Amino acid sequence: MFDEMIIREGSVRNVTGPDGEAVGFSFEAHIPYYRGLGLSMIETPDVVVDGEAVPAEDLRFTYDGVTRTFAELADVSDVRWELRTFATITVLRPGGLAPGEHDVHVNLRLRVSYLPFVSENRFTRRVAVA
Amino acid sequence: MTSQIKRGVSLYSYQHEYVHGTMDLEDCVAAAAKEGALGIETLGEQMIPGFPFPGQADLPDSFYSWWQDLMAKYGTTPTVHDMFLDTKRYRGRLLNHSEMVDSLKRDIRHTAKLGAKGIRIIVNTPPEVVESAAPYARDHGVWMGVEVHSPYSFEDDWIKRHLEVAARVGSDVVGCVPDMGIFVHKLPRVVVDRALRDGADPELAHEIVNTYNSHGDTQALFDRLERQGVDGVTLGLARNGIHMIAQPVDCLRDHAEFIKHIHAKFYEMHQVEGFDYWHEYSIPYHEIVPVLEEIGYDGYLSSEYEGNRHIEDAEPVDSVTQVAAHQNMLKALIGKEN
Repeated sequence: MFDEMIIREGSVRNVTGPDGEAVGFSFEAHIPYYRGLGLSMIETPDVVVDGEAVPAEDLRFTYDGVTRTFAELADVSDVRWELRTFATITVLRPGGLAPGEHDVHVNLRLRVSYLPFVSENRFTRRVAVA
Repeated sequence: MTSQIKRGVSLYSYQHEYVHGTMDLEDCVAAAAKEGALGIETLGEQMIPGFPFPGQADLPDSFYSWWQDLMAKYGTTPTVHDMFLDTKRYRGRLLNHSEMVDSLKRDIRHTAKLGAKGIRIIVNTPPEVVESAAPYARDHGVWMGVEVHSPYSFEDDWIKRHLEVAARVGSDVVGCVPDMGIFVHKLPRVVVDRALRDGADPELAHEIVNTYNSHGDTQALFDRLERQGVDGVTLGLARNGIHMIAQPVDCLRDHAEFIKHIHAKFYEMHQVEGFDYWHEYSIPYHEIVPVLEEIGYDGYLSSEYEGNRHIEDAEPVDSVTQVAAHQNMLKALIGKEN
């Protein structure tokens, strides 16, 4: 649910490093669930850009001003990703997204305790970069 | 006979508008009150930002006094707090027994401070955790009721173990909260239509619907389609046909003393010719309500709109209208204002 908010419309942008070069891109994400969850229950997502999978180590998750890898999120059990708030997911990728259209696909997985499987939530957005 | 059944709403019903920022917590309470659904059921982890994890400080008194003012303003009554138990909170291990009991004690304190009477126990909570927390709940004047939610039914051993706890501890403190989703007698149209939009095979979808609606062997159908290697969307619809269940409505009679509260689940309200109120497409409320009357149920029917997630890709979600239609139906079936 709330699938289209996994990649908030209009939020995809290139991220620049200290020297002004694009070092990747980021987008805002809402939790695809009807209640907030502790960050430890957010599993590493699949992010696929134009058909190419992004390695997990190139993903960052920023929430409430703190940036972590998804591996680090696994130990954060005292911060809840609340509804109506957006995390920023950053994809490290030298050069960022080139000008033009791109397909960004995300499968955001949640470890929901009452489900016998991991909750998978997929959304693909075609984005245009100027 | 005057019905003792009361009407309420689970604020779960308005989650789409809440998440999209068009309604806040007060707007949700106001929308329920406007329909005469004066019993308010809440999910702390949904619409109460800052709801604490076990071991963290409880919400401040200022929240609870604000909440009491809110209830007074709309003439509403807090009914039930829907709790969750994050058994998978830590990587690589499940919560142990005392951690689970601590989590439930937090919910008990929260429920008492809300002024609500009961807690909906999420189904993955072990019966022994409920039993351990029962004295604490009794001290706080709060009951706990395991949710009987598909694919579980009253026939399931896990639910039976919960009801054994209820029999031991006393039905004043422990019972159950049946979700009317155990009475899905027609596969919800919104679920089928979503699968078709997502690319499900129309012929197979038709077969899945027919098999489900005629109480056929949905498991055998799923197994066959899996063996055939059909696409994931079609297989997902077939899986829905297994997870949704259509228990006989009569099963409510056998558990009357333990029924504390009811999740009046609904997927789609629609107009029906010849009636001045809308009907639920898949759940036979016209059969359910008379049984509840007969067994003397005097708790709430708490509307829980779950169609939102199945239509959000195709049309604007209008939970307020859907809840209003559901409440109109309940009003007609209960036969009085509240």
